[in-house]
Amino acid sequence: MKITKQQAEDYLLQMYQIRAFEEQAEKSYMAGKIHGTMHLSIGMEASAVGSISTLEPTDFIIGHHRGHGLTIAKGADLNLMMAEFYGKANGYCRGRGGSMHIADVEGGNLGANGVVAGGIPMAVGVGIGLKMQKEGRVLLAFFGDGAASAGAFHESMILAVLFQVPVVFICENNQYAMSFRTSDWADSAKIAEFGKLYGMPGTSTNGNNLLEVREAVQKAVEHARAGNGPSLVVNDTYRWRGHSKSDRNRYRTQEEIDEWKEKDPIVRFTEVVLKEKLLTEEEIEKIREQGYADIEAARAFAEASPEPEVATLLEGVYAP
Amino acid sequence: MREITYLEAIREAMTQEMERDERVFMIGEDIGEYGGAFQVSYGMLEQFGPERILDVPITELALTGAAVGAALIGMRPIAEIMFMDFTTLASEQLVNQAAKLRFMFGGKATVPMVLRTPSGSGTGAAEHHSQSLENWFTHIPGLKVVQPSTPYDAKGLLVSSIRDNNAVVFVEHKLLYKTKGPVPEELYTIPLGQADIKREGKDLTIIATAVMVQRSLQAAEELAKEGIDVEVVDPRTLRPLDKDTLINSVKKTGKVLIVHEAVKTSGIGGEFAAVIAESEAFGYLEAPIMRLAGEEIPIPYNRMLEYHAVPQVENIIEKARDLAQLKV
Repeated sequence: MKITKQQAEDYLLQMYQIRAFEEQAEKSYMAGKIHGTMHLSIGMEASAVGSISTLEPTDFIIGHHRGHGLTIAKGADLNLMMAEFYGKANGYCRGRGGSMHIADVEGGNLGANGVVAGGIPMAVGVGIGLKMQKEGRVLLAFFGDGAASAGAFHESMILAVLFQVPVVFICENNQYAMSFRTSDWADSAKIAEFGKLYGMPGTSTNGNNLLEVREAVQKAVEHARAGNGPSLVVNDTYRWRGHSKSDRNRYRTQEEIDEWKEKDPIVRFTEVVLKEKLLTEEEIEKIREQGYADIEAARAFAEASPEPEVATLLEGVYAP
Repeated sequence: MREITYLEAIREAMTQEMERDERVFMIGEDIGEYGGAFQVSYGMLEQFGPERILDVPITELALTGAAVGAALIGMRPIAEIMFMDFTTLASEQLVNQAAKLRFMFGGKATVPMVLRTPSGSGTGAAEHHSQSLENWFTHIPGLKVVQPSTPYDAKGLLVSSIRDNNAVVFVEHKLLYKTKGPVPEELYTIPLGQADIKREGKDLTIIATAVMVQRSLQAAEELAKEGIDVEVVDPRTLRPLDKDTLINSVKKTGKVLIVHEAVKTSGIGGEFAAVIAESEAFGYLEAPIMRLAGEEIPIPYNRMLEYHAVPQVENIIEKARDLAQLKV
């Protein structure tokens, strides 16, 4: 799949922004500036950017708890996003949602979700609504391998096929549902088989290869936009960090982590764009610096932002 | 005014709202050709077609989530869960998602959906098809809970629920489906959060919900013959609760009996009692606040056992009479 120089720049910048956001998130947490927990997607950048790069701005995504990368790939304002991570009043969710619930409904991001598989049934309904609204919009519904064993996923696949919704279900298989090794019951190819079993195209990709992810999702998006219904794409990838801050990495070896680090999706993409002569080493370095500078600016913005007023505590439960 | 049944009133509210607003649609199990397990949606498939009457296989969780998702992008779904017992299967999407999305997203999302479901015993359907779980949902900020007791209220409250910009759990009662009452043919609304005094009286207040409103009204007629003048208040909406009407009634009568079908422990009656006890009505009480509610058991199958599992007219008469005559 060929891409332009502009696309190469855009995708690389987003991947660096994601990497930098996650590293900053970890630093801020370690410095005691963040309370609660977070779920980092370092190592999974190509899945987010490759998938979402296929969308029009008016399309939708719905995410999962490891959702920072998805939010950045959907074009979030990094300042508002970091402010939300910091729980500030001007964050996307006014400090109510935090890391696990960042959403930008106006921007087509229907939110990260703290319940594993929680977004999948909603995705069916978004698809039903999009079909009724007849504006040709589609939804990418992201979830992890942990959700693929949940009843919500299987019920939803059945309704998605029944109503032929314009939804691409994207399983980001990062190999572990918290500590449970997903390959003990299924690999990415087998999870993709669920799609075919339920009556929709199902395919798995090397989720660390941005162009391969993009090609598979592009095909599924076109399928949905043409009115041919849902698809399932499984991006095979890996999270470098633990499940959350409580993770002691007891269930996997350092050797395994190091092996996956050798398959860094950002490095892989830079190798391709160099080989294809889309970008030079110098241009890549400038993009990397830009990505980190954007996140540094977002950190400064977030830290300078106001805390929510306690007087606003009770706001926003009910719509008028 | 013409009289129709509670069931017909619900169907009419949905039909007229669907005619008026193309964003409104139904999703549920056996709501199409079958007409719904209780025939509430009978004929609606013929009128609106399968594009707006979405008949689904057994997927309580996914169909509820589908309603949440569609609402999130501006549709106005009505989900039907065939029996309230099965809301246990749907509750993740209702409690974690529908109720919380708006707050969680900083007030920037709306979830205008209705989840309709029939509750209650009295049909011989036993443990898995007879529960009254409305109080579960009243405990969740972000949900509204409505429980109509008459055909008139059912139509007006359902229209308001469909037009409301929040997730509304609309609790119907199986034994009320066939009851008749006057209902205007045209569309009208009854505001959510507004109680109704079903019978005025001066000696004693009964606060009752759903089918217990009808039983309390029958009890009040009997007690009137004994010279006991009972006021019957129906909250109609359990969340948000019209506290003022409850409080004012108790201030007037000085005595209150709370009657509901759900199990007494942690039932909504405890909330009614607390609202009264915490208010200025406390100083007007001439006797302890009393509750009459379901026994602490699942609903049994045997006809007589089932009958005795929940308050009946004679139980209400006895309890209300004792309270009316109680001198503290």
